[in-house]
Amino acid sequence: MQIHITTHDKVPIYLQVVNQIKYLVAAGRLVAGEELPPIRVLAEKLVVNPNTIARAYRELELAGIVEKRRTAGTFVTDQGSPLARRERLKILTERIDQLLAEALQMDVNLDDVIKLIHQRSTVLNSSRLKEPSDV
Amino acid sequence: MSDPFPSAAPPIIEVQRLTRQFDRKIALNDLSLTVPRGGVFGLIGGNGAGKTTLICHILGMLKAQSGSVRVFGLDPIANPVGVLGRIGYLSEDRDLPNWMRVHELIRYTQAFYPNWDPKYAEELREAFDLDPKAKVKTLSRGQRARAGLLVALAHRPELLVLDEPSSGLDPVVRRDILGAIIRTIADEGRTVFFSSHLLDEVERVADRVAIIHEGRIMLTASMDEIKESHRRMTLRFRQAMSQPPALVGTLACEGGGTEWTYVCNGESEQLRRAAEAIGATVVDDSALSLDEIFVSRIQ
Repeated sequence: MQIHITTHDKVPIYLQVVNQIKYLVAAGRLVAGEELPPIRVLAEKLVVNPNTIARAYRELELAGIVEKRRTAGTFVTDQGSPLARRERLKILTERIDQLLAEALQMDVNLDDVIKLIHQRSTVLNSSRLKEPSDV
Repeated sequence: MSDPFPSAAPPIIEVQRLTRQFDRKIALNDLSLTVPRGGVFGLIGGNGAGKTTLICHILGMLKAQSGSVRVFGLDPIANPVGVLGRIGYLSEDRDLPNWMRVHELIRYTQAFYPNWDPKYAEELREAFDLDPKAKVKTLSRGQRARAGLLVALAHRPELLVLDEPSSGLDPVVRRDILGAIIRTIADEGRTVFFSSHLLDEVERVADRVAIIHEGRIMLTASMDEIKESHRRMTLRFRQAMSQPPALVGTLACEGGGTEWTYVCNGESEQLRRAAEAIGATVVDDSALSLDEIFVSRIQ
């Protein structure tokens, strides 16, 4: 699991972990049933306070992205569940609101924003196909 | 690990109204500080802020001129054995006996600590790649810091005190030191107290922070509270202003004309309402790095 932490970012460290794990799940690089590293192990690897990782895992659990299995560890949940889908749509809605607000401020109209989204999607898909299929 | 600061547990360090003067210079000025048990406490401040003087009082190397210092509930001056035996300490200049070899240093330090864990000491020596036959004098800066860290950790102290542990070290050794901090508190109930002026390091590993400046504590809170309670807000006014209108909790302000940027202390919502009340529109609202918060606090 590849996570990169920076302190120059204004985003709190726990949120960087949350966002990057969400991204890894969305990108299919972490799949349902896969186990996340134990808190201590990830804390040492990223050189961050274990409580920060614990907080990130709690947030991910609340969002339905991972689940704690008694004594066994923390696992990625099956994202097909309606709760997880609702959560994902909620995250996207927030992002879209931010995007629209910025577009408005920069005087870019909705049609151009939609066009740009399509363009980026094409670029992203072609670069994903080129990636080696290792796990 | 859900609640790192159980308020019911007695604090590990309690400093009350401590003042220290060297000749004419006031090094610590009526300073009070409470360090709870468990977790990593970061003391941040510039050169000459009083960090090392405070640490010397905690270790009982300096006697309080006025005020009091308690560590594990004990006075470190009256009870040096009871206090120092439970502390692992790494000083900024990592003063180790130069004439000893690494294995002698380990054996020598072991004699002071009944709780010394020889197996753990050996694990650390291997992990740090320290040659047992090497003379301390010949060690590189980094290896010297690692040797100092080994003897500070191998008795598994309840409290680990590090004074500027990273100063002058390369990133690899710094990582070892930060890793040791993290492993130490992952063992339940242990506490790390470290001073640093490297704020990115503090932001990574500390869960509680105090800012010290000119011998006083300017701010002490959990890292989350500090990050959440400081915002940078840019306000737009209908008319140009020659002076920025006052906004509650302002720590610094710059700008001109119709746009002014405030660094302030408060929750985002509360600040927005205050901004509206003085007839301004919020055009930008962002979080601050610990670095920026530190600078705004000591200005």
